[in-house]
Amino acid sequence: MFDNLDPVLLARIQFAFTVSFHIIFPAFTIGLASWLAVLEWRWLRTGKQVYAEIYKMWVKIFAVAFGMGVVSGVVLSFQFGTNWSEFADRTGNVLGPLLGYEVLTAFFLEASFLGVMLFGWNRVSPRMHFASTVIVAVGTLISAFWILSANSWMQTPQGFRTGEDGLFYPTDWLAVIFNPSFPYRFAHMTVAAYLTTAFVVAGVASFYLWRGRHVKHARVMLGMAMIMAIFVAPTQLVLGDLHGLNTLEHQPAKVAAMEGLWETQKGAPMTVFAWPDQEAETNRWAIEIPKLTSLILTHDLDGEVKGLKDWPKDERPPVAWVFWSFRVMVGIGMLMILTGAIALVLHFRKRLFDTRWFQFWCMALAPSGFIAVLAGWFVTEIGRQPYIVYGVLRTSDMVSPVAASYIAISLTAFVITYAFVFGAGVYYILHLINKGPASDEEAYGAHGVKKPPIVTELVAGEGGGHA
Amino acid sequence: MLNFESFLDLALIWYGLIFTALLLYVILDGFDLGVGILFPFAPTDQCRDRMMNSIAPFWDGNETWLVLAGGGLFAAFPLAYAILMPALYVPIIVMLLGLIFRGVAFEFRFKASGKSRRIWDYAFHFGSLTATFFQGVVLGTVVQGITVEGRRYAGGAFDWVDAYSIMVGIALVFGYALLGSTWLVMKTEGETQQWARQSGSYVLGYVGLFIAVVSISMPVMDPAVRSLWFSLPNFFYLLPVPFLTALFFAFIWRDLHKGREVRPFIFSIGVFVLSYMGLAISMWPWIVPTAVTFRQAAAAPESQSLLLIGTVFLLPLVLGYTAYCYYLFRGKASHESAY
Repeated sequence: MFDNLDPVLLARIQFAFTVSFHIIFPAFTIGLASWLAVLEWRWLRTGKQVYAEIYKMWVKIFAVAFGMGVVSGVVLSFQFGTNWSEFADRTGNVLGPLLGYEVLTAFFLEASFLGVMLFGWNRVSPRMHFASTVIVAVGTLISAFWILSANSWMQTPQGFRTGEDGLFYPTDWLAVIFNPSFPYRFAHMTVAAYLTTAFVVAGVASFYLWRGRHVKHARVMLGMAMIMAIFVAPTQLVLGDLHGLNTLEHQPAKVAAMEGLWETQKGAPMTVFAWPDQEAETNRWAIEIPKLTSLILTHDLDGEVKGLKDWPKDERPPVAWVFWSFRVMVGIGMLMILTGAIALVLHFRKRLFDTRWFQFWCMALAPSGFIAVLAGWFVTEIGRQPYIVYGVLRTSDMVSPVAASYIAISLTAFVITYAFVFGAGVYYILHLINKGPASDEEAYGAHGVKKPPIVTELVAGEGGGHA
Repeated sequence: MLNFESFLDLALIWYGLIFTALLLYVILDGFDLGVGILFPFAPTDQCRDRMMNSIAPFWDGNETWLVLAGGGLFAAFPLAYAILMPALYVPIIVMLLGLIFRGVAFEFRFKASGKSRRIWDYAFHFGSLTATFFQGVVLGTVVQGITVEGRRYAGGAFDWVDAYSIMVGIALVFGYALLGSTWLVMKTEGETQQWARQSGSYVLGYVGLFIAVVSISMPVMDPAVRSLWFSLPNFFYLLPVPFLTALFFAFIWRDLHKGREVRPFIFSIGVFVLSYMGLAISMWPWIVPTAVTFRQAAAAPESQSLLLIGTVFLLPLVLGYTAYCYYLFRGKASHESAY
């Protein structure tokens, strides 16, 4: 029934689906883990109960998101083999140890100390509990380090040789791990994760303010989120620019696709809007700003930028996907910076916490980080096609010897499963958000030893200075 | 370039490490999958809450051993990984889907109320059951041999469907159920513990039966296994394996009925270790039976060396803080929402 389907395309769709689904959760939990560590630190430092109450609300959301990240991540560790066995065989010598280190240095750390974070509240000292939160936060960053190193090596491979048997052999591990695009990708992704979390938190806080609920908590949350928007969102623009220049150096075809630039030219215009037509090798309905692309990429109004026609047709990425994903990502980034600027103005007018339209604005932007992260990954992953290891191995040659029909069936199974699980996960997270912090029952107990509601603590917490 | 090839038998060390990681996975995730298998048979909802709480702090770390075994295979024996994953495409994907359903159930179950909690009870049970059964199928398929041409899998997508693989799948369901029930004897009290004892004695007989069938059928089916086990002097060296297994069975049976709490679990682990050793011995020297040996599949010595350094330092650390977590959450589990 599916035998006229292309196994390469199906394997790509399946991998794109499972990895896109997965990245949503790390993008959220990397930021959330660090934020939880900050919250707990503030709580231990100031003794203000409001931080503990916010922590206890968000740690539950963290647990749900982390659980979904784990189960979708386990799938990926097998898919390199089930979908891309040729790739696994050829690159195993180089990429295998990086993934092995990710498991040994990060996964066990996160999984073990997450248990302490969630269930250890009455079993360990506050300091040990805080240490566990920090360890989990560091674990998420270590995990990002290794997996982004592996991904970046596939984008900018170096430190290896190709043997007579066609297999890759490592020649310099430091060159493999710290390959040219890795530092940029790592910084860009980590900051993206922080911003994603900040905007979710801002959205939730705005929801509370709008409804007049949990106002004390919401002010803290919105304040902290806006600090991220004010300072970190502009930083991301700089990091993104540096990452883009790095891409221009190593993967110019990707940049040409991002800019929708077909002809190599001096003083290349920036295309704000267009519909790139791969077949006709031109842009339809283009709106251009003269010379801007040359200025951004070469820092010179008349700098030369390579166009897509410099590459043979079978070495060009799908232009429209890359072009549009890039615009979505940059557009959201700009909205985030704008949010920080608005917040700054409102702050000085003392209207940050009671401006209705800004609350709607933040609620609307709550999911924006996820969209930007996905769009960014679409740019970098689709933009390196047709290669799986840039310039060395083509994606189409690397697929497993599995019939198209089975890939189609398993893809369907993944879509149904993930839709169900994702739907339920989002439902429970929204439920937790709706419930809000510091409900009448104590969140934690040593394995279910439920503490009675601490009324005195809640009342004292209003005043602020209660330890 | 970092290379310990000249003074270490890297391929052999990694063959041992992969088997060790897989053994740790089978024991650790084995008991929490076993709890999932027994889940709907528990007498009350309160029992089910206790069962869930007894494993909630551990399941995530336990499952990480599977990722280590998978990732370790990719790193140390990429050829084996590249052949086995397509060969086992269907059972692996179904196993992963099972693990998804049971994994999210931990988080969702306590957040759901009323009827929707039932959905996650079943997701937990059927997810655990499916994952276990297909892990057994994978094992049964691998020991029977994989069709390979050159460096690729050359069989069909459903080569794994045969009576033997399905029997191993069912056997593993009973095996994990034994680990799960003896774990619950250790970690619960009262009604739940009483029920766990009965379940343990019930599945014990089946586990014995299946171990006997597999132990007899392997040398009967495969002359290489036969000569490995029954040639002299191997026979005498290996004799303690079946002997000790039988002894441990007797211990579990006695301890379950004498009211002991910890020993049944320890001896169940013993049974798993011995059966696993029996299988590992029969696999020697194959990593993809009977096409690729562990030496043929070994990654470049530079790659095996790099990961070995980390493993030497990190594995004891991982085992250390895993032990710390088990120590921290010692004692009996309660039925109340844990957090």
